[in-house]
Amino acid sequence: MNRNSNTYTFLYATILVVVVAAALSVAALGLKGPQEKNIEIEKKLSILSSVGKDRGVKEAASKNDFVETAYGKYIVESFVVDGNGNRKEGDAFRIDIAEEYNKIKAVITAKEEDKQSLRAQLTLPVFVCKEDDGAVKYIIPVRGVGLWGPIWGYLSLNDDFNTIFGAVFDHKGETPGLGAEIATKAFSGQFTGKKIFDGEVLTAVKVVKGGAPKGDLHAVDAISGGTITSNSVTDMLRDCLEQYKAFFLNGKLKIEN
Amino acid sequence: MEKEPMFSAKILKLFTDPINKGNPITVLILGICSALAVTVKLEPALVMAVSVTIVTGFASFIVSILRNTIPNRIRIIVQLVVVAALVILVDQILRAYAYDVSKQLSVFVGLIITNCIIMGRIEAFALGNKPWPSLVDGLGNGAGYGLILVIVAFFRELLGSGTVLGFQVVPESWYMKNGGFYENNGLMILPPMALIIVGLIIWIQRSFNKQLIEK
Repeated sequence: MNRNSNTYTFLYATILVVVVAAALSVAALGLKGPQEKNIEIEKKLSILSSVGKDRGVKEAASKNDFVETAYGKYIVESFVVDGNGNRKEGDAFRIDIAEEYNKIKAVITAKEEDKQSLRAQLTLPVFVCKEDDGAVKYIIPVRGVGLWGPIWGYLSLNDDFNTIFGAVFDHKGETPGLGAEIATKAFSGQFTGKKIFDGEVLTAVKVVKGGAPKGDLHAVDAISGGTITSNSVTDMLRDCLEQYKAFFLNGKLKIEN
Repeated sequence: MEKEPMFSAKILKLFTDPINKGNPITVLILGICSALAVTVKLEPALVMAVSVTIVTGFASFIVSILRNTIPNRIRIIVQLVVVAALVILVDQILRAYAYDVSKQLSVFVGLIITNCIIMGRIEAFALGNKPWPSLVDGLGNGAGYGLILVIVAFFRELLGSGTVLGFQVVPESWYMKNGGFYENNGLMILPPMALIIVGLIIWIQRSFNKQLIEK
């Protein structure tokens, strides 16, 4: 057959593409199991590290076993709430936070009279951690937009629904050495002990450029050279905590009265 | 026609040449972008080196097998399909079995497709040679690329983070925050420093290999 004819060229291209597509589909399907497992383990590890239960994971012989065991031991319950503080049906672990974040953005930009109904559509996950001494922590996911891409994290609160017990942040592609520092313990460790409420007003926690005032319970230090990422963390915490406000306030008032 | 032995001196030279005198990065100045991007830490650089070596090797091998059937008019596209398929495979495998590293490499695994070394070797070598020499040539070029990556990453990680392969090498007590005199060089983490290190390697290499110096 003439190798320069149109028929040959078309046939060749078609066969090549079909063969390659088939081979890749087989590979993708075959590797799906371990890939999904990796994502699940990473999520569980993030949840655990927000309550400081990731200690020892680096030394563990099997990361997967360590995470599964610790998760099973400490995360005793998880449930879903909407933006008005009501419980909802759903599997908290399977909720796609990226999708939820889009809904949160819609709530924030909506008109005041529409907010109530939009909030009712939110499905916000809450994970409950029970420490060895019986203390209960509530863990919530947060998500926002950084300088170069999405940033996200998990925040754990004491059972007063006010004091932050721990935080962990991660990012897709913030600048190494600058914005990317939000993923370090040095940054996230500052959040421990901060408070998200002032009375009944949600203050969240601000990341302050030039350093937070000493003793300020609602602010932490920003990262030098990472101003936009730092501001993004402030926005992320404000926007996400705002949606959980009703739920937290219910819990908080129940304890106080 | 006499059959050439599997590991003749000529075949061996195909492998060793690109590691030194024909190095894709320092002599041909190909594949620089990824060399700057993935060399902050040694571990991702090693994985990248292995991935690129596998892709160049097998892409050259497969294209060489197909070389007498490929229609000339869609030659480049056919090569791209082969390379892209291999890269996607590598990406999927890394995601399944080396998840943490694949996260650090992020888009750069996918961007192996655009690595000039691969297409360069296919066009220049695999299209005109038998599968076995093509495979060796591809692997050699991948190894030459990988070697530079590892050297650059070693210095960047050591001086920029004080670690090698994640292990702390610079004693903690040296650091200023612990009352010492030492501080990691933040500039090392940024891409420009990789370019400077590559430049230094080129300088050293040329001072040993006078024939590489242009008149």
